[in-house]
Amino acid sequence: MLLLALVLAGLAWEGYKLVGGDDGGSALGVRVLPRADDVSMPHLWEIARRLGDPELSVAGADPVLVAVLRAMWFTFRVAFVGWLIGVVVGLFLAVLMQRVRVAEAALLPYVVVSQTVPLVALAPLVVGWGGHLTLFGRPWQPWMSVSLISGYLAFFPVAVGALRGLQSPTATQVELLHCQAASWWQALLRLRLPASVPYVVPALRLAATASVVGAIVAEISTGTRGGIGRLIIEYAQAATGDPAKPFTALLGAALLGVLGAALVSLIELALRRYTPAESGGVRS
Amino acid sequence: MSADGAVAPATPAAPAVAVTGVSKVFRQAKGEVTALEAVDLTVAAGEFVSLIGPSGCGKSTLLRLVADLAEPTAGEVRVFGKTARAARRDQDYGIAFQAAGLLPWRTVSANVELPLELHGVGRAERRRRAQELLELVGLADFAKARPEQLSGGMQQRVAIARALAERPRLLLMDEPFGALDEMTRERMQAELVRLRTETGAAVVFVTHSIPEAVFLSDRVVVMSPRPGRITHVVDVPLAVRNEDVREAPAFYATVTAVREALRGRLPRGEVDGAAADEPAGADEPAAADEPAGAPRGPARANRTAE
Repeated sequence: MLLLALVLAGLAWEGYKLVGGDDGGSALGVRVLPRADDVSMPHLWEIARRLGDPELSVAGADPVLVAVLRAMWFTFRVAFVGWLIGVVVGLFLAVLMQRVRVAEAALLPYVVVSQTVPLVALAPLVVGWGGHLTLFGRPWQPWMSVSLISGYLAFFPVAVGALRGLQSPTATQVELLHCQAASWWQALLRLRLPASVPYVVPALRLAATASVVGAIVAEISTGTRGGIGRLIIEYAQAATGDPAKPFTALLGAALLGVLGAALVSLIELALRRYTPAESGGVRS
Repeated sequence: MSADGAVAPATPAAPAVAVTGVSKVFRQAKGEVTALEAVDLTVAAGEFVSLIGPSGCGKSTLLRLVADLAEPTAGEVRVFGKTARAARRDQDYGIAFQAAGLLPWRTVSANVELPLELHGVGRAERRRRAQELLELVGLADFAKARPEQLSGGMQQRVAIARALAERPRLLLMDEPFGALDEMTRERMQAELVRLRTETGAAVVFVTHSIPEAVFLSDRVVVMSPRPGRITHVVDVPLAVRNEDVREAPAFYATVTAVREALRGRLPRGEVDGAAADEPAGADEPAAADEPAGAPRGPARANRTAE
């Protein structure tokens, strides 16, 4: 399925290059279609070839592929930590909002508003605070700021999705546990959390892509080196003379998002017992 | 062990349910709604009592007070001599609702085991007990099945097995067969009669169906709405409960008595089901479940109103 989607996307790219004019399409003097020339849209095989060529003209430079993979690995780890932060904070907030009704009324608006603050505005603040912090006796690392910002973007879908999931058990199910003298904790473990899985898994997937996007944007806006975000900026500067190069970094960024979503599918597989089966044969 | 339980330990003599002077007022945005007003009801140990009445008469509310799902505005609810809360904590009752409320991610067996699991019963003991209960409700072959693979009637039987898990001496049932078709419903009623005989538990059963109430109960409590209160208590003079009973004259007579009571055509108070439109004991061997010469009518009013 994923492969088919990739092939179709590739065909669309090359197809447009065949049909589209080198100068794009214009209507009333305004360009409405992108240029299809080799600088704006290099051939896919150009991009693939570029991946194999050395990154720099310096002797002994690594191929672009190695540089992109190295940057992907860096950003993946940072985004993964951000995703973990987002999941833990999101679940905690959801449980708190479910448990204390006042907390839902008090917190939910802030949770929503938090996402309207642009990451770019937030990044310098986080870096500034981080400069004064030590973590277990070790100095604050730049990547920690990136993870934190990434987590800031990732916690939102988890908090909202998990809250809906925790509230999803029917009145009968909730009252039954009450009648069975279950404690709040027992009800959380045996009813609310299992019932929330169909809501939490899509939220985890959204959080995975959000944490990648958050990490890349944060790398760029904090000027953190080593990740795919930095690579996108560096390679973009080479665009005029080396048009295929920026696309290698973009490809790497896109693959990171796909990888994150794919890893969540593993979680989904492990939890499939808790997702409703497609309506099977009902005996009567 | 709660303090309440220590103060008022359950004694064999204590009735299963004792409701005295209970009122329940719901405060809503539009004002107050009196769901129950000055209700007295006593259910003896091992007795089967149905609550029947039109929507809004408070029959479900009354059941919920006994189950400690709500608290009375005034009056007192005692279950085996304890407060409703203490009885719930001690698992003195099992409960079943109109919706089976099974957890879809658990097998049938694991659903029945849930209350035992919550109270720290070991795995092997839970398995054994669940198997025993599933045999009791005729679902032994479905222990490993998922709830969604079962029909509505089978799901409800699982819910009843779950309600019996802690061997309660009181079963609370809120229209458990309300969503079932008529055929399944009658089969479930027969099963419930058998279960009740085998467990000896008292039952408080909320229903909309007059024949269902008569077929199952020792006494049918008739309620009226706005405000919810008990208007009649109809004694059911049936000794045996099998499919033939549904066509017996005493059954029809009692159904008629309940219907008349619901329409408000009978004077309030105790009603002898069989005496509604024919002489008591005329052609019913059914009176055998009463001690010879048991007083009927007003003389027995002390069972409900102290």
